[in-house]
Amino acid sequence: MSETRAVLAHHFESLEQQNEAAAIGMWAFLVQEVMFFGGLFTTYLVYRVLHPGAFAEGSAHLPVALGTANTAVLIGSSLTMALGVRAAQLGRGRQCALFLAATIVLAFAFLGVKGVEYAEKWEHGLIPGVRWSPEAGADARLNLFFALYFVMTGCHALHMLVGIVLMAIVAGRAWGGRYSRANFLGVECLGLYWHFVDLVWIFLFPLLYLLHGHRGGHS
Amino acid sequence: MSAPHAGERPSYLGGEYGLRSWLLTLDHKRIGLLYLMGVSAFFLVGGAFAVLIRLELLTPSGDLFQSETYNKLFTLHGIFMIFFFLLPSIPAVLGNFLLPLMIGARDLAFPRINLLSWYIYMVGGLFTTYAMLAGGVDTGWTFYTPYSSTYANSHVIAAALGIFISGFSSILTGVNFIATIHKLRAPGLTWFRLPLFVWAHYATSLIMVLGTPVIAITILLVAVERLFHVGIFDPALGGDPVLFQHLFWFYSHPAVYIMILPAMGVISEVIACFSRKRVFGYKIVAFSSLAIAVLGFLVWGHHMFVSGQSVYAGVVFSLLSFLVAIPSAVKVFNWTATLYRGSISFEAPMLYALGFIGLFTIGGLTGIFLATLAVDVHVHDTYFVVAHFHFVMVGGAVMAYLGGLHFWWPKMFGRLYPEMLARVTAVIVFVGFNLTFLPQFVLGYLGMPRRYHVYPDEFQVLNVLSTAGASILGLGFLMSAAYLPWSLRFGKKAGRNPFGAAGLEWTTASPPMAHNFESVPEVQGEAYEREHVEEELHV
Repeated sequence: MSETRAVLAHHFESLEQQNEAAAIGMWAFLVQEVMFFGGLFTTYLVYRVLHPGAFAEGSAHLPVALGTANTAVLIGSSLTMALGVRAAQLGRGRQCALFLAATIVLAFAFLGVKGVEYAEKWEHGLIPGVRWSPEAGADARLNLFFALYFVMTGCHALHMLVGIVLMAIVAGRAWGGRYSRANFLGVECLGLYWHFVDLVWIFLFPLLYLLHGHRGGHS
Repeated sequence: MSAPHAGERPSYLGGEYGLRSWLLTLDHKRIGLLYLMGVSAFFLVGGAFAVLIRLELLTPSGDLFQSETYNKLFTLHGIFMIFFFLLPSIPAVLGNFLLPLMIGARDLAFPRINLLSWYIYMVGGLFTTYAMLAGGVDTGWTFYTPYSSTYANSHVIAAALGIFISGFSSILTGVNFIATIHKLRAPGLTWFRLPLFVWAHYATSLIMVLGTPVIAITILLVAVERLFHVGIFDPALGGDPVLFQHLFWFYSHPAVYIMILPAMGVISEVIACFSRKRVFGYKIVAFSSLAIAVLGFLVWGHHMFVSGQSVYAGVVFSLLSFLVAIPSAVKVFNWTATLYRGSISFEAPMLYALGFIGLFTIGGLTGIFLATLAVDVHVHDTYFVVAHFHFVMVGGAVMAYLGGLHFWWPKMFGRLYPEMLARVTAVIVFVGFNLTFLPQFVLGYLGMPRRYHVYPDEFQVLNVLSTAGASILGLGFLMSAAYLPWSLRFGKKAGRNPFGAAGLEWTTASPPMAHNFESVPEVQGEAYEREHVEEELHV
């Protein structure tokens, strides 16, 4: 009973109410995330229609193998996250913390691979406005593709960094026994967030990396 | 919860003192007052620019400012008034203060996020203030490319960053309100027993959450374009300026409803109270708020009839824009029907509400003119448009904000404002407003374009009238800025329910205690049911 009182904020009547409020708040927040990336995807869509050649050419510069590996890593991290949420629901705080730690490791692996890719763009001079020296004969709007590539993957990476910080905090709390069968919503909301970040990548990967393969079918 | 005797608990204003207790407060009522201070300060800044604009337009020649300075004046007027006054005014001040009180809750669902949203808002405002002090922005509040790209030689990024930042405050407020309205209603307070103020804020929150992130990403792309010289929206670099307009208005048109929907919520409460009746057709008024929120997302293209958008898109956007008139008219007709055979009294908040109904009707109907393709081509970018949106934004949103501020002032501070003075002020504001903006309809129809500081001689009479009206309007604002703070100290003490209004917020002390209610209220009846209020009044 005293444990319940410690986690129940003053303005809620019951833990159930507090949990439901947190859940609906999280979903509302994810809706705004969808709209944020939605605006970005719309911009991508319009320019892909206007400049199909530049987008196909830009896409060909992206390493499909690394992208595929990263997709697997990120889906794996969603699995460890789901297992962490399950552990929290069962009241196994330490197990939950370990799964979150595994998720953090996978997240860093993803960002590491992303860093390698960014470094490669640096070497090849494919960073618009910073280091831009594409091969002769490159499409004039290749810079637009790469600007969108960096904004889209950059926003995604930023969301991952935020997620890593949050996971570290929640993992610490889980290890300290903060969550229980009745009170695990902190972990669940974090899980929702992480799955959303994963889902964004599931859209980014084909739109950016697999585009040039698609062109053959049409032209 | 055991409830000690009323009167023993200190109000939210007392109990804790000192700057720290305010800057770290998690109480929605205190955060509402923090917002009140921020919003008032930015209103003063935006108002000062309006004064300078009207002074310049007193004469046909540009004798006070150069064109470039004038561009900065109307840009900063728009930016401060829209992003830092109108958007947060009613939701973040009155909504913050009242939502939990109206639904019988002790606070918003996420008090920490609520405080965070205020800090984000202030940081955003200070960023934009920095842009102003460092030399200003001259793009117009719409940041259209290429004004904001090729031809920009002002502090576009700093100003836009301020708006970008303050957007997150709007999003967090929306998320907080949605969770609160869903989950923190008192026992017995079903959806269809909620005050219409709450419905209006629910609809507003949906727009905040769905629309604001799109302007955020748009601003981010403008910044990327400027910093890295990649043509995204700038035609000189191969970008598409019309795409910018699409993304901008996808947020900024719904944002108009972020400003007017909460105002409509205020009017519903005030009309119900001072005509001593339930709001006529409660359910349809509630749904009309949602209808406005939904339709508001489908009409953005009506800002772009002359931007090279496809004619067919123009026709569709025109028709959809007409549809918004339906839920808006539902509200106006239902308020009027509420007045019918009501026991009406004309306290200051009611004067503002009645003014709102008339002015919003004019503002709304001229919106229909502008949504008509052919008419819009004639009056596009003229003073007709300026007059139209000032009727909705000032005649609507600002009047409702002032009315609401007066209405709940005794609840917020436990003191009554001076009634007679407030009534006179309300009339002054109404007269000043009309004298300012009615001539602008004529000016626009005759062809005076907006955003120019030099105009042909034949427009001078109407411009002088407008400037004269603006000074009367300004006097009205200054008077309320004087007597409202005065009343904090010298006003008569207000009881729980000085106006005899229905609603949970009037059942607790004025000012309320830290956690709002002595015990969790149980709601038995419908919204605006007056039986128990009448009983109390006659005891």
